[in-house]
Amino acid sequence: MLPLSVPFIATAVLSVLGYVVARKRALSVAGGDIRTLTSLPHQHGLNTALSTLLPPLAVMMVWAIGARIAARSDVALVPENPTMVYIILIGLAVTGFVLSLLRISTSFRARTASEGWIMGLLIFASTIAVLTTVGIVLSMVSETLNFFGQYDFRDFFFSTTWSPNFRGDSDLGIIPLIWGTLYISFIALVFAVPVGLFAAVYLSEYAGPRLRSVAKPLIEILAGIPTIVYGLFALVTVGPLLRDYFAEPMGLGQSASSVMTAGLVMGIMLIPFVSSLSDDIINAVPQAMRDGSLGLGATKSETIRKVVVPAALPGIVGAVLLAASRAIGETMIVVLGAGAAARLSLNPFEAMTTVTVKIVSQLTGDTDFGSPETLVAFALGLTLFVITLGLNVMALFIVRRYREQYE
Amino acid sequence: MSTSKHGSLLTLDARTKKRNAAEKRFRAYGLGAIGIAVAALTMLLVSIIANGASSFRQTYISFPVTISAEEIEAAESALLKTGAYNKIIQTGLLAYLSERDLLQDTPEADAFGMISGEAGSTFRKFILANPQAAGTTFQLDLLANGRIDGYYKGRVTAETAVLDKNVTPLQLELADRLAADGALVKQFNFDFFTNPDASDQRPEAAGLGVAILGSLYMMAVVLCLALPIGVAASIYLEEFAKKNWITDIIEVNIANLAAVPSIVYGILGLAIFINFAEFNQSSPLVGGLVLTLMTLPTIIISTRASLKSIPPSIRDAALGVGASKMQSVFHHVLPLAAPGILTGTIIGLAQALGETAPLLLIGMVAFVKEYPAAYSDTAGLFGEAATALPVQVFNWTQRSDPAFVERASGAIITLLIFLLMMNALAIFLRKKFERRW
Repeated sequence: MLPLSVPFIATAVLSVLGYVVARKRALSVAGGDIRTLTSLPHQHGLNTALSTLLPPLAVMMVWAIGARIAARSDVALVPENPTMVYIILIGLAVTGFVLSLLRISTSFRARTASEGWIMGLLIFASTIAVLTTVGIVLSMVSETLNFFGQYDFRDFFFSTTWSPNFRGDSDLGIIPLIWGTLYISFIALVFAVPVGLFAAVYLSEYAGPRLRSVAKPLIEILAGIPTIVYGLFALVTVGPLLRDYFAEPMGLGQSASSVMTAGLVMGIMLIPFVSSLSDDIINAVPQAMRDGSLGLGATKSETIRKVVVPAALPGIVGAVLLAASRAIGETMIVVLGAGAAARLSLNPFEAMTTVTVKIVSQLTGDTDFGSPETLVAFALGLTLFVITLGLNVMALFIVRRYREQYE
Repeated sequence: MSTSKHGSLLTLDARTKKRNAAEKRFRAYGLGAIGIAVAALTMLLVSIIANGASSFRQTYISFPVTISAEEIEAAESALLKTGAYNKIIQTGLLAYLSERDLLQDTPEADAFGMISGEAGSTFRKFILANPQAAGTTFQLDLLANGRIDGYYKGRVTAETAVLDKNVTPLQLELADRLAADGALVKQFNFDFFTNPDASDQRPEAAGLGVAILGSLYMMAVVLCLALPIGVAASIYLEEFAKKNWITDIIEVNIANLAAVPSIVYGILGLAIFINFAEFNQSSPLVGGLVLTLMTLPTIIISTRASLKSIPPSIRDAALGVGASKMQSVFHHVLPLAAPGILTGTIIGLAQALGETAPLLLIGMVAFVKEYPAAYSDTAGLFGEAATALPVQVFNWTQRSDPAFVERASGAIITLLIFLLMMNALAIFLRKKFERRW
C-alpha cells in the first residue's frame, strides 16, 4: 500500500490556502463593501476550502479500499502507479480550488454551495452506522460460507459433540454450545427478572423520594461496571463460594467455574438493565388507571398486580427480551466463570461453555484462517448475531408498539 | 356483633386481614429486591477491594550497595548485562547480611533468591540514569520476590512454604530478621502504574504502564472519530432527514447496533481492519476503530436526545432573522446541546474504556514489554503493539501464580477509579449546564 500522506497533506494545505485566498478575493470583488455580496467572505472561503478538500479525500478513500480489494483478488481495479494517483488527486484538488475561486462574484451564493458540501458530510456520517452493519454481515457471511465449504453444515447444526482438533478431523457441533448459552442465560434471567422487576415496582410505586434518590443511583452503578469486573468477581469470589458451600456438600461437582456461577453473576449484571427499562415502562402507565383501581377499593399491591403490570406487560416482555439478548451475547463473565468444556448436562454446578467463549478461544492465539477450526468462529458469530438480532428487533417492535398505545 | 352479616368496620375480618398481609408481603418483596441488588453491589466492590488493595503496597529490600566505575564498565561489556549487575547486587547484599550477622544458617542462594529477578535490570537502569553514583556507596531499594511479598500479605505462610518449591521456610525466617532490622519495608507501589507487564515468574514487577498507555491511545482514537461522526450523524437524522424508508432503516440500524453483542464487533475488527485492511495486529489503532464503531450508537442516541430537547423556538428565531437551516443548527442548536452531547460522549468513552471482549479477538492479549510509541515510521500512527487495562486484567487472571489475582484486582480498582472520575465529570457537567426550557 503506498502512502497517501503526501497528497493528503498537499490537499489540506491547499484547502487552508483556498480559504484565505477566497476570502480576500470575495472582499476585492465587493470592492471593500461587503453589503454588495450575496454571501459573506467567510462563506466564500469555506466553499473554496471544502471544494478543494472533499473530492480528493473521497477519491483517496475509494482508491484505498479499491487497492485493498485488488490486492486480495489479483484484479487491476485501480491504477497501482503512485505518480498517476498523485497526479489525479492533486489535479482534483487544484481543479476544485480554481473552479471555486473563478465562481466568486457578488451574486454567487457561496453559503448554499458550502452547505451542500457540509450536507454531504453529514449524510456520509449517518451512513457509517449502516456500513457497520453491512461490514458485520458481509465479513461473517463470507467466512461462514468458506467454513461450510470445508465442513458439512448438517454436522455443525445437529452434531452434539464439540471437540476441535487443530490437526484436523474435528467435531464442531454447535448444540452443546447453544445448550450452555441458553442454560446460563436462563439462570441469569430467573435471577434478574424478578429482582429487577420488584425493585422497579417498589421504586416507582412505593418508595419515597429519599429512598429513591439513594437506591436508584446505587442500582445504576451496577450497569456502569465493566463486564471484566463481574468476570473476576465470578472467578475469585462467587465460584469458590458456590463450590465450597453448595456443590461439594451436595456432591454435585468440584468445579468452581460452573453454569450457576456464570448465571448468578450475569444475573447481577442484568438487574439494572431490567429495572431501569421496567421503571420507564411502569411510569408510562397512565395514572388514571391506577386511580380507577384504587377508587374501587383495591389495595396498592392489588392495583399493581391486576392493573399496572398487565397494562405494562408488553413493555416488560420487551425488556426481558432485550435482557435475554444481552445475556446470550455476554462474553467476559462466561469466559471467566463458566468454564471451557463443551457439555450437555442438566447439573448447574458443572462447567459448561457457550458460543461466545468458543469464539474467543478459536480466534485468540495463533490462528490459521484456512482451517475449519478457526473459521467455525465466524459461523458461531453469525449464529449469535442472528439470534440477538431477532430478539432485539422483536423487543424494539414490542416496546415501540406499547409506547404508542398510551401516547 | 354476631348479628351483623358484614362485620364491623373496626374489627378486621379474615378477608381484609389476608389482603393486608398480601400487601405487606408485596412491599417486603420489593424492598428485598432492592436489598439484593445493593447487597450484590457491596459484595462485588468489597471482594475486589479486599483482593486488590494490597497491590498498591509492595515489599522492598533496602540495603547499601557499592559500585565502582570499572565494575560498571565490565558489566556493560558483559554478554549478560543484567546478570553482571545481579552479581554486584548479590555482593552488596551478602556484605550487608554478614555485617549485621543476619544470614545465620540460611544458604546464600536462598538469600539471593529473595530479591526479584527484575532487580538486575532495575539496578542497571538506575546506574545508567545516575552515572555519578559510580564509586560511591548508596542505599538501594529493590523489589522483593513475589513469595516474600506474599508472606507479608498473608498469601504465603511457613506451612505453605514447605510445599512450595519457589520459597523455603528459611527464607521467610531471614525475611523476618531483615524486617526487624528495618531492611525489609513496604512502600507505596508507584511501579505498579508505570512498569510494563512481567513474566509468569515475576508477579512483583508486573505493572500497568503499557496497558494504561494503550487505553489512553485508544480513547484518543475513539474521541477523535466517534464524537465528530456521531454528532454529524445525529444532526442529519434529527434536523435534516425526511421521514422515509431510508432514514427508517438507518434508525432501526442504530437501535440494533447498540444492542449487538460486543464480541461481534471484535469479529468485525478482525475481518475488516486486520485481515482486509491489514492494519497491525494488537495496535491501539485497530482497538480504537473497533471501540469507535461500538460507541457510535451510544453517542448518536444521546446526542439526538439532547438535540431534541432544544425547543423549536430557538430554530425559528434563527430562521426568522435570515439564517439558513444549517446556520441555525451550527450557530444556535449545537452550542445549546453541547453539554448534553459532552455528557453522552463521556459516558460512551467510559463504556469503551471497560470493554474487553472485542479487544481479545484483535490480538491485544499479547505480552507487550515495550512502551508503545504514539507514532513510529515503521508502524504508523498508533500502530505499535499495546494492551489495554481490562485486557491486562484478563491476561493476569490466566496466570497460575496467585499473586497475579492480587494484581488483577488492583488493576480493576485502577480501572474503576478512572471510570468513576469520568462519570463524576459527566454528572458535574450535566448539573452545571443543565437547562430546563
